[in-house]
Amino acid sequence: MSFARTFRHGVHPHAHKEATEALPVERMPFVERLVLPLSQHAGAPARPVVAVGERVERGQLIAEAAAFVSAPLHAPVAGRVAAIAPRPHPSGRLVPAIELETDPLSSQRLPAGPPLDAGALDNESFVAELQNAGLVGMGGAGFPTHVKYRLPEGRRVERLLVNGCECEPFLTSDHRLMVERAGDVVRGAEIAAAQLGVAETVFGVELNKADAIAALERAVDGRAAMRVVPLAVKYPQGAEKMLIRAVYGVEVPSGRLPLDVGMLVNNVATMTAVADWFDRRRPLVERVVTVSGPGVRRPANLLVPVGTPVRAVLDHCGGLAPETREVVMGGPMMGSPLASLDVPVVKGTSGLLAFTAEEARLPTEYACIKCGRCVEACPQFLNPSRLGRLSRAGRFEEMMGYHAMDCVECGSCSFACPSGIPIVQLIRVAKGALRERAVAEAAR
Amino acid sequence: MSEPHPPRLLVQPAPFLRPTVSTPGIMGDVLIALAPTVVAAVWFFGISALLLIAVSAAAAVATEWGLGGERGRAAVRDLSALTTGVLLGLVLPPSLPLWMAALGSAVAIALGKLAWGGLGHNLFNPALVGRAFLQAAFPVAITTWVAPGGPLALYRGTLAWPFLSAPPDAVSAATPLGQMKFLGAATPAGALFWGDVGGSVGETSAAAILLGAAWLLARRACDWRLPVATLGSAALFAEICHRVSPEKYPGALFTLLSGGLSGGLLFGAVFMASDPVTSPLAPRGAWLFGAGVGALVVLIRFWGGLPEGVMYAILLMNAVSPLIDRALQPRVFGARPAPSAAPGAGTGP
Repeated sequence: MSFARTFRHGVHPHAHKEATEALPVERMPFVERLVLPLSQHAGAPARPVVAVGERVERGQLIAEAAAFVSAPLHAPVAGRVAAIAPRPHPSGRLVPAIELETDPLSSQRLPAGPPLDAGALDNESFVAELQNAGLVGMGGAGFPTHVKYRLPEGRRVERLLVNGCECEPFLTSDHRLMVERAGDVVRGAEIAAAQLGVAETVFGVELNKADAIAALERAVDGRAAMRVVPLAVKYPQGAEKMLIRAVYGVEVPSGRLPLDVGMLVNNVATMTAVADWFDRRRPLVERVVTVSGPGVRRPANLLVPVGTPVRAVLDHCGGLAPETREVVMGGPMMGSPLASLDVPVVKGTSGLLAFTAEEARLPTEYACIKCGRCVEACPQFLNPSRLGRLSRAGRFEEMMGYHAMDCVECGSCSFACPSGIPIVQLIRVAKGALRERAVAEAAR
Repeated sequence: MSEPHPPRLLVQPAPFLRPTVSTPGIMGDVLIALAPTVVAAVWFFGISALLLIAVSAAAAVATEWGLGGERGRAAVRDLSALTTGVLLGLVLPPSLPLWMAALGSAVAIALGKLAWGGLGHNLFNPALVGRAFLQAAFPVAITTWVAPGGPLALYRGTLAWPFLSAPPDAVSAATPLGQMKFLGAATPAGALFWGDVGGSVGETSAAAILLGAAWLLARRACDWRLPVATLGSAALFAEICHRVSPEKYPGALFTLLSGGLSGGLLFGAVFMASDPVTSPLAPRGAWLFGAGVGALVVLIRFWGGLPEGVMYAILLMNAVSPLIDRALQPRVFGARPAPSAAPGAGTGP
């Protein structure tokens, strides 16, 4: 029994990290064709700045941010623009994308530039630089990172939290990054912290990653106002608000952002990307992806160029076991199912997991016996049982009174439900409908 | 290029990890927790107890199967009907005719559960609905108590023909509660703990019930707050009355241990008040529910016309459980007033 810091409620799924946690990150070879969707982030799709047939160098800007809440794209390989057309996206839709044909003769060297002194930048230019790097949240949500750094007038960030929880089972990409690039994680945090002028920087890491904690502690050594905080192993420890609650005991007010309590949370992978951009002028063109699950022959942590097709990544890992029935992008609690393997790895892809029929089988559904396990699991202190029931009855408006919009969709309720009720999905459906109604109201 | 397998991928919503407990698993844990009590029932009240429990359980499952339609036939697998049947069997007096037990069990499932829409929808604890029906329909038979007769006991009432009055048993015995209430006599605590006293077959052995409670709590098969609040509240109110008037009211220990006339407190708190379906969902509601049951038990036992009280106390609290749930919703995360965003915001670690 450990008494490490944590939040209240949550669940304890089996970690399933043994297959890949000790495997060093290996580089995925460049494939012939890459597909870069113009939407790999929340907000406006990027706008292409290259033409079909044009030659591009590795790291070259190929699509620019189309709005403030948007992110640019850079070429992950040197080659030729083969097409700018709709292509299958991990979401299951066809989304405009830039297709690149890799130059087989290129050395694929990623040019490095002289370091940029972040300290000399004011907030506005720092935010612009983050956007220029093409940074988006690498934990999966894909929210453009720079947006968080634009501080409204009079607001200050007192504390920077670097999220190394990686509470999703199976995933070890952040874990390996912390072990292998602890220096860059700390360096990125140092750049961000200096810019924000924070009083303290905290690295939150779950206790099951002792080597990552040790590596970060070594890297932090000697830096003032920086510390590594080991956290209890519990899902969803890595949710922003849960991390803040665990480290500082503060609850971010319902419907508000960490900024409202003077805090900012970034993923460890985002921190290394910050270091890459400011110290080496390298944009975000590749990321670490954990390939694992019972359906994968050779589980691995791979450094994958963004845009590499999922099929190619899985093939590189020995292909799928014949009994595979389900492939998930992201973690098993919040990831999304893939309908096709012919979609690319995007900036938010933390993992590719393959499950066989046994894991994919839906649980037998029974009536809700009001056992309260979902209530005890919900990190947002909601009543998922009631929300699910109301959603099923189509009583969406009533769900607002039960704070449906505070649901972070972590899936703890569904995981905890002995009656196999897809609670989080019922809530998701209602939230979608409620949001649509709100938009329709506003338009009237 | 790889072969185009798998031919088709399943697209299901997250999470992709499945629950580690199931509803039949929880019911199974309740049944396992009831096992020591069943053994104690047979040890003290013999073949009669075994037959009562078996007939009640069989009638419950048969009713679910027969009246539940297609859904009922599937629902038998969730083990809830079996659990209800065993629970009812354990709260019946040893010499109750089996046909009455079967009838009570059928009513428990039909009116206590199916009429409401099946598992999860009933307002009242089905086993107690069955028990209340028997209390109303056969007031004499359900208050006829016999002394423990050992593992081979077969009381004459057990095999009585339907609707022909059962001949009274030769050896009758008052329950500890009855003795306390109507004769002013106390029963030794040892007999109360092990269960060698008159009472409903499953309610006399505190030892067996506590063993089951340990299993329930270890397996998290029920909300621990419900039995704890119920027992704590009953003990507290009983002790207050005892302090005020020691010669008139028994103290907390007796109140906790006493089984006896319908609804042993310990059995009711551990196995009846803890029924998730008919108790509040949220933690604060569970405390209030248990406290209410405990207070009502003491109220009925000390001032009511009956020596019992647990059955009615739980049924009454069942009735207000949805109201409690509505009033005591969990507080949403971040609903507290937050610290300002001024420099130095947040509390230090």
